[in-house]
Amino acid sequence: MSFKLSYKPFGEQGILVEWPNQISESILENVLGFKSKIRIAEDADIAEVRTAYQSVLILFHTPINFQQKIEGLKRVYASAEKEEKRTSQLWRIPVCYDDCFALDLEHLSAVKNISKSEIIKRHIQATYTVYFIGFLPGFLYLGGLDDTLSMPRKSTPRLVIEKGAVAIGGNQIGVYPSESPGGWNIIGKSPIPFFNENLNPPCFAVPGDRIEFYAVNLKEFNDIKVLVDAGVYQIESEVTSD
Amino acid sequence: MIKVLNSGLYSSIQDLGRYGVHEYGVPYSGAMDKQAMLMANTILANAEDSAVLEMTMLGAKLEFQCDTFICISGADMRAKLNGTRIANYKMIPIKASNVLSFSSANGGIRTYLAVTGGFQSEIVMRSRSMYQGITQSHVIRNNDLLSIEPHSGQCHPKNARLKINKDDFLHGQLGVFKGPEFNLLSEAQQKLLIGKPFTISKNNNRMAYQLEEPFANKLDSIITSPVLPGTVQLTPSGEMIILMRDCQTTGGYPRVLQLKPTSLNSLAQKYAGQEVIFCF
Repeated sequence: MSFKLSYKPFGEQGILVEWPNQISESILENVLGFKSKIRIAEDADIAEVRTAYQSVLILFHTPINFQQKIEGLKRVYASAEKEEKRTSQLWRIPVCYDDCFALDLEHLSAVKNISKSEIIKRHIQATYTVYFIGFLPGFLYLGGLDDTLSMPRKSTPRLVIEKGAVAIGGNQIGVYPSESPGGWNIIGKSPIPFFNENLNPPCFAVPGDRIEFYAVNLKEFNDIKVLVDAGVYQIESEVTSD
Repeated sequence: MIKVLNSGLYSSIQDLGRYGVHEYGVPYSGAMDKQAMLMANTILANAEDSAVLEMTMLGAKLEFQCDTFICISGADMRAKLNGTRIANYKMIPIKASNVLSFSSANGGIRTYLAVTGGFQSEIVMRSRSMYQGITQSHVIRNNDLLSIEPHSGQCHPKNARLKINKDDFLHGQLGVFKGPEFNLLSEAQQKLLIGKPFTISKNNNRMAYQLEEPFANKLDSIITSPVLPGTVQLTPSGEMIILMRDCQTTGGYPRVLQLKPTSLNSLAQKYAGQEVIFCF
């Protein structure tokens, strides 16, 4: 599949490539395909390639001739699919939905007129797609939320949200990788870390991966926490190909 | 080692920043005024990415526990060595037990202290730049011990003084490029954005500077997309936010301008109440 892309200068050493203005899995697939083609093309001037929902930012080591670089990138985009078939991982993430963690579940239940257990059920049933990592180190932007659970951000953000909080922001779901302020609606907490600065790479998931959540009770949450703190917890995962 | 007798208002160890991990949501960080930082390292013949101490508004009081050479750059915090005034942009020999103190900043707000060989704080993800959640602490604190390598030898003061052009600090012009969403503004708005003075608000830190005057616009938020230090974001409510070195990696507001790197350095030296004008 080929999209009509726009290429814009971003500063004196960056080019922003944009896809149509929407969030979709087929665009994500194309964005990630372009990123891997750029990698294969191996332009030594390229310092960094970053992706988001429908954009790729290519940063160069030094100021660039835009016209020349844009032509080069257009050729890379048009080139035949040479890259290997990408595989993605499916990660299974434990979440405790106990009242002590699920600060906004009651409110969500009242506003939506859906019982708390039904919200949890719908949250667990979906498979989420990792679009990109941004906002905080290790914060995964996850799409695929059941439409009935979509909830606007809170008008006043909380000053402190705990590390591991699982939250709904619009039609996205996210897990706070570290303590931070934030305006999303908290429905649970995961005991596992989403970012570890001492690991390479620091995040287990990459864009294109999938995430499923499963419910654990307080005791199981604490048991997993003990394993995590001891550095021996293994996240359940399997390789899938698209 | 250097003992921190008083940490000052907001002092942190910074180098040129953290690169190659942006795709994991990790900010670049690094010295706010890279030009000043590089100059201090150059005067000491350090590698250009040697870590320095960045002090903001009000400087620190430090006791050296070994010999070294230092160079101070950036804003003038009226540095004193054992109570005697010393000059910026000059290589200065230090002996163990010497006390270096700084007061409030003049002609800018950020001052850099470089030592021979650079500060030897922990390296996390290929950088010593402090950032909350990445390094153990994000600022230095009273009684901290900052690791440096002892260094003694000859100093040639005759050749070591540098006169710098402070125009960059003082004038309010910020050179910019069009941002990815600049062309969504009307022609009248584009003219207003370039050429109208804006005032730096009290909300300014290592992450972002806000501007006081609202800028009326009808631009919608964008689908979250990459941002860079120096990106000028315009919110639907008219708030203008200039992202600085510690900024997050992606944002959802229209990116109307992108500061030139030299302007990012000079903005880093400006404080609340000062006026800036964007210019191409």
